[in-house]
Amino acid sequence: MSKNQNNLTNEQRARQARLSVLATASSDQLKALWHRWTDANGAPEYTLVRAPEIGTVMVRGRAGAVGAPFNLGEITVTRCSVQLANGAVGHGYVQGRDKDTSLAAALIDALALGDQASALDADIIGPLQAEADGKATERAEKAAATKVEFFTMVRGEG
Amino acid sequence: MYVAVKGGERAIDNAHQWLAEERRGDTSIAELSIAQIREQLALAVNRVMAEGSLYDPDLAALAIKQARGDMIEAVFLIRAFRTTLPRFGASTPIDTGSMACDRRISATFKDVPGGQVLGPTFDYTHRLIDFTLAAGGEVPDAARGKARTEPTPHVTEFLDKEGLIQEEADSFETPRDLTREPLDFPADRPLKLQAITRGDEGFILSMAYSTQRGYGRNHPFVGEMRVGAVDVEMDIPELGFSIALGEVTVTECETVNQFMGSKKQPPQFTRGYGLVFGHSERKAISMALVDRAMRWEELGEDNVGAPAQDDEFVLYHCDNVQATGFLEHIKLPHYVDFQSELELIRKLRAEVEAAQEADEEAPFQEAAE
Amino acid sequence: MSDTVYQGGFTNPPQDAAHAFRATMQAMARPGTIETIKGGQAPRPVSSAAATLLLTLCDPDTGLYLAPGHDSQAMRDWVTFHTNAPLVSAEEADFALGSWQALQPLDAYKVGVPAYPDRAATLIVEMGSLTASGSKLSGPGIKDSAALNLPEIAAFQANRTLFPLGFDCFFTAGDQIAALPRSTRVEEAA
Repeated sequence: MSKNQNNLTNEQRARQARLSVLATASSDQLKALWHRWTDANGAPEYTLVRAPEIGTVMVRGRAGAVGAPFNLGEITVTRCSVQLANGAVGHGYVQGRDKDTSLAAALIDALALGDQASALDADIIGPLQAEADGKATERAEKAAATKVEFFTMVRGEG
Repeated sequence: MYVAVKGGERAIDNAHQWLAEERRGDTSIAELSIAQIREQLALAVNRVMAEGSLYDPDLAALAIKQARGDMIEAVFLIRAFRTTLPRFGASTPIDTGSMACDRRISATFKDVPGGQVLGPTFDYTHRLIDFTLAAGGEVPDAARGKARTEPTPHVTEFLDKEGLIQEEADSFETPRDLTREPLDFPADRPLKLQAITRGDEGFILSMAYSTQRGYGRNHPFVGEMRVGAVDVEMDIPELGFSIALGEVTVTECETVNQFMGSKKQPPQFTRGYGLVFGHSERKAISMALVDRAMRWEELGEDNVGAPAQDDEFVLYHCDNVQATGFLEHIKLPHYVDFQSELELIRKLRAEVEAAQEADEEAPFQEAAE
Repeated sequence: MSDTVYQGGFTNPPQDAAHAFRATMQAMARPGTIETIKGGQAPRPVSSAAATLLLTLCDPDTGLYLAPGHDSQAMRDWVTFHTNAPLVSAEEADFALGSWQALQPLDAYKVGVPAYPDRAATLIVEMGSLTASGSKLSGPGIKDSAALNLPEIAAFQANRTLFPLGFDCFFTAGDQIAALPRSTRVEEAA
């Protein structure tokens, strides 16, 4: 079922990473960065290939963490596909129920297929990734503080 | 048979209006926001997501508000809403081995890579009600240590390497889906796990407890329990590769159970597995115990008649929306049914009384038909 | 995936699908009536009515069989993007699309089981044209009788004997659709 992920080109890998960041980013932050971009660079012309659509994805786990897959439950996802004036087709998938966010993600994906990729990565993807990394690090630091340092008691005589 | 009851529309509309008022309560008191519920009642939100089988914290928070805190009512709302959403596909199975653990403990091994990480737990709070919470106020920042960057391997891997624990076989079969087809027996393990992860926490807890009290031959140890976020990935056909679609917090519990061996299997440790949306420890542990109990046949154990071993009993009764649906339906008008019962009782009593009278008047005559 | 796959979906899915569903339901409820449905466009040689039907009825839970002549990479990509319906064999199909000849043999298709007669295949038969003449139809949903230019009689009579099991059919040509549920009695034209 899954295309062998080792056969991806560098561009595909970059696209994969970009879309993954967009999918998990904070909705508000993504939209804010996107508006800042369009204020500076103009909003792109586009047609909707697939209007923003709210749906679900069934999350699967594995029995015993490594065994047979089973259906755990669904997450909400909003997706959108757009076509730019130059013909590039972009797809946006974001967690949650926010149509505007999915549209922004699709437009970013489409623009990144052209020569805007590094600018978008610098102005939008980078900050989103940094925010996510920062939050993860914060949690990891708090978890680390709750790690038990055992003292082994040595039993004395008598 | 249900009687169509007309003329109740006005009463119903008024009932809904009063419900909305009761839900709001005293208007001189601030209204609850969805964000407040999501942030400050996170474990309630987790339960609604797990049993509603839909991971969307804002939606679960809204359902809790609408249901006035009635959790099963909130789950009902989530389940109903879920049916209106198209499904885009299924994720690749999540990799809990790569979880950044907020909490990770093992009751079987003291010193494990990654250590015993307590996380934000209630376990050591002594359960004393904290009246300072009533006043509200600033919460001091949590202490910080040096963040762990390496992944935290599963504890059962160590038992695996020694060959002491039962293997967990992978499968390429697409797991059946209870939300798409009715429950049918025999139910395979993936279907059972889906049923109990979305089953009522109280019911699964009680079933698990019953196995500990001797109804079933479990002696479980918590090999590991971990809580944290994992990525959810899915293949996207139009892209030709998979992407992360989101992140979910899950609680995973692996229990290690004694097993003295049987005709089918050598002595070894056997596994129970629990996996739930959100931070939900009681549910994850309960799920693992019930999972293990239902595996008696696969392991060649005896069926000692324990309710938790009876997979039909467990699976048919663990869904609280189904349960409350059938339970609460008896509130609906059953006027015609009951009328016929009433008539029958009256008729039988009349016959009995007539027979008694006949006996009294003419004790030596045969009773009239 | 080539970029043409992105064309041909509903422009306003909730409304377009609702309109198409209503017309489709009418066609199935009143066998012999010819309805018009629109909104979908798939790669050749699929008719717009068949494309619209796929958009309305197919989703990740409905297995679709594309019979020879209708099975192309472009069509597979279109189905995947717009419906995500799994592409399966005739034996596993919930829906099957093709010309009457290409859809044979009919005994490949699911006809349901006694406990679940609905777990049967629905054939989408692409026709050159649809006219209210030819075979005589009678039975549920038909006042007295109706007529439709069915591709043959024998197969539908044989299917009728399986009732309550059996397959059901849609017939499509251009933007027109007609339907034949398994409950309809089919005879030679009077």
